[in-house]
Amino acid sequence: MSRPANRRSENPKIDWHLPTISSSASAHHMSRELFVLTYGALVAQLCKDYEQDEDVNKSLDDMGYSIGVRLVEDFLARSALKKCRSYSETADIIAQGAFQMYLGVTPSVTCTNAKRNEFSLILDKNPLVDFVEELPAARSSLCYCSLLCGAIRGALEAVNLAAEVTFIQDPLKGDEATEIGITFLKKVEDKKKKRNK
Amino acid sequence: MTVHNLYLFDRNGVCLHYSEWNRKKQAGISKEEEYKLMYGMLFSIRSFVSKMSPLDMKDGFLAFQTSKYKLHYYETPTGLKVVMNTDLGVGNIRDVLHQIYSYIYVEYVVKNPLCSLNEPIQSELFCSKLDSFVRSLPFFSARAG
Repeated sequence: MSRPANRRSENPKIDWHLPTISSSASAHHMSRELFVLTYGALVAQLCKDYEQDEDVNKSLDDMGYSIGVRLVEDFLARSALKKCRSYSETADIIAQGAFQMYLGVTPSVTCTNAKRNEFSLILDKNPLVDFVEELPAARSSLCYCSLLCGAIRGALEAVNLAAEVTFIQDPLKGDEATEIGITFLKKVEDKKKKRNK
Repeated sequence: MTVHNLYLFDRNGVCLHYSEWNRKKQAGISKEEEYKLMYGMLFSIRSFVSKMSPLDMKDGFLAFQTSKYKLHYYETPTGLKVVMNTDLGVGNIRDVLHQIYSYIYVEYVVKNPLCSLNEPIQSELFCSKLDSFVRSLPFFSARAG
């Protein structure tokens, strides 16, 4: 009854293949273009709603956080992975597992400090900016993909790993590749719920 | 062979869901106290098991059994805990509990934007899907085993 989810990485379709156990949980295919354009429309609408770039960035980050908290459950359900034993294992899983499953790309992972708690995910091609050439002049500090950062942060917090996630390199700001930096902070311990006396 | 009842807890100890199919004896305390008791026991047993394990731990606490029933436990890395009490004829059902997580909880609660996490689950759809899933299990029989 438990079939592993198929992960065909096809261009241009993102293959969200849910295991077929009932008529409602059937295979969903979504065109990558539709997804990327929807994201672009979301950012454009936020730009209309907010004047300041920081507000738009914050809004995208918060949305990403809410997405990440739920997305991680779906990721764990479909990949059936156990707890990672080290930060570098976690970073590898994010890059090879989650990015591949949800965006169809696999960033390369490098560890950027001796303490082994800072990592960089480097993407040659970021699917979310497929149709965006450059940021408009009035929006130069807009972080177009901050939803991604928020999602990674939310997902990590849901598994008790506090982290800071930021964009180090952004092609929309002139850099060559997309680089996302993840800094793992001290682990949050599971608290036992206080009993009401 | 039968399933007695099922609890779902989140990482903060909130009981998200409880269903029973075949429970002959109640605990004698209110449902709230029962959930707290269950969660407290699970938390303590998990840390006990990991502390006292003579070998490196792989999966941690899996199940306990008495002369009358067996309690099965499954926890996800996000802290969701699935607890199922069955009778003694049932073996290792970790994959079943994982299926409850991935095919029912994730599909009908996590993916539902109107269902807030960290609160008891209100969704009727979730309850009915869970119920039909458990009733379809090979070790479930409506008559007490």
